[in-house]
Amino acid sequence: MVDTKAKVVVHEEVGTLYHHLVLEESRMAQDLRPGQFIHLKVPALEPSALRRPFSVFCADAKLGRLEVLYKTVGRGTKALNRVEVGDLLEVEGPLGKGFPEKCDGWALLVGGGYGVAPLYFLAKRLKEFGHEKVILFVGGRTKADLLALDRFASLGVEVCAATEDGSMGTKGFAVVPLDERIAQLRRSGENFELFACGPDGLLKAISDRAVSLGAPGWISTDRHMICGVGACFACIQKTVNGNSRCCVDGPVFAAKDLIWQ
Amino acid sequence: MAMMAIDERTNLGGLEMATPLATASGTFGYGTEYLGAVDYSSLGAITVKGIRLCEWPGNNMPRHVEVPGGMVNAIGLQGPGIEKFLSHYLKQYSEKVSPKMIVNIWGGEIAEYAEVARRIDEAAKTTKEGAVIGAIECNVSCPNVKAGGHTFGQDPTILNKLVTEVRKATTLPLIVKLAPNFPDIRPYIKACEDGGADALSMINTIPAMVIDIENRRPVLANRTGGLSGRGIHPVAVKVVYDAYRATKLPILAMGGVYDARSAIELFLAGATAVALGSAIFTSPSVVGEVRQGILDYCRRHAFKAVKDLTGALEQ
Repeated sequence: MVDTKAKVVVHEEVGTLYHHLVLEESRMAQDLRPGQFIHLKVPALEPSALRRPFSVFCADAKLGRLEVLYKTVGRGTKALNRVEVGDLLEVEGPLGKGFPEKCDGWALLVGGGYGVAPLYFLAKRLKEFGHEKVILFVGGRTKADLLALDRFASLGVEVCAATEDGSMGTKGFAVVPLDERIAQLRRSGENFELFACGPDGLLKAISDRAVSLGAPGWISTDRHMICGVGACFACIQKTVNGNSRCCVDGPVFAAKDLIWQ
Repeated sequence: MAMMAIDERTNLGGLEMATPLATASGTFGYGTEYLGAVDYSSLGAITVKGIRLCEWPGNNMPRHVEVPGGMVNAIGLQGPGIEKFLSHYLKQYSEKVSPKMIVNIWGGEIAEYAEVARRIDEAAKTTKEGAVIGAIECNVSCPNVKAGGHTFGQDPTILNKLVTEVRKATTLPLIVKLAPNFPDIRPYIKACEDGGADALSMINTIPAMVIDIENRRPVLANRTGGLSGRGIHPVAVKVVYDAYRATKLPILAMGGVYDARSAIELFLAGATAVALGSAIFTSPSVVGEVRQGILDYCRRHAFKAVKDLTGALEQ
């Protein structure tokens, strides 16, 4: 882990609510793994404001760059919008435990909204390791919430989309096409693992499926954090091991270890 | 021109510190979490998160909320218990880092405080990894647990009994961490002095509450919490100023230290050592910056030693 300053090389709007942020930091880019996160100090906030955690959309060791895809949801992300290309951002990382980078059978990636960000990094790594059987199930309220589909497509990942308003793909939640595919795979006796990132409702739904089907499930949790390094115990997820810290014991947990309330 | 060397050493009630900077309990885990981000050579001591006899789960989520000038937290003293602390966390720390460790302790009753103190004392004297233990800090002022902490610190008679019992259990330097919200701090200080404390630390977080007006519910699962961060600094300065004039015990001061200036204010008010807390969350590099800023200040004002700053307020 390093705590350093990274230069902003790209910062652009993606639709109305999302931003694509690219930072130059070669050591971090080299060390980051899918599902890990970085902790950013937002310069436009007051100096005493807490850092903000962001999952990593992609890290390219060769280019020495790391990408973040974020939604403007609150005070921190709103202030982050004002960052410009050329600015230096204080950033700490890589932090946390990410996804396993191997998979037995089909890798079924399930993302809700900007939850697809770390799943893209995972898909890219799986493909690099020669793992071909990767499918993305992505859901959002409307078409505008389905992000980076072109990037997944260029990896050769099959994309099954769902929107609550029916503006793209299946009408409803991402679990609808997922359940159909799981049923198919089970009929043909093929193995699969589930990888999920998104809102808690989706994560619980995927956790429950993994546990009841006896398939490995890898769940990336999203909690407000303070320190990002396991020092303060603010970002708790209940697990079979008690109150686990999302920032160091996670953010990716095995579905079988999670306890949902 | 060679820069004047400033003597940074200080002695906090028997705890020898290479620099007068420490970390505040609850903000620095068990000491190793910030490796790679914090300059440990700038620290004279670190304070670990509160330890009691048994493992403790802490409060439900949400456990914190950001507010202007800081944050309100109600973590609830989640911790591994003394066994795992000694066998795992202390060992890990002693293998990786060198600043002295202040072990913060708490309990549900006075006997528990004393037993935890006894176990730490034993480890400090009989184990290799225990050599890094420099002091014990009694938390009698956590606003976030009902059973322990705060209740012991709010009555001078009970506080005196607690300090007396812990004192019997250890010969390590004994620090008592006091609350910031007494109408008059003097009876509490006397209770600590008479009980045999070697130093005082202050301030703990200030009891606080945040309400979500949309759903008309407290934001924190614990309903109330403790305010920390930059905004509480002037409160800390006042409490340290009052305490310094009421006691000869050295003071480990904390509360909203975000830069050298805020640390120096606490020294001038009467602190022997100063701890950083929430500021480390914001910028781990602040530790080294504060140290450097204190040295620069000493040079500018012709102080040969940082300890000369203690209470050096113009009358």
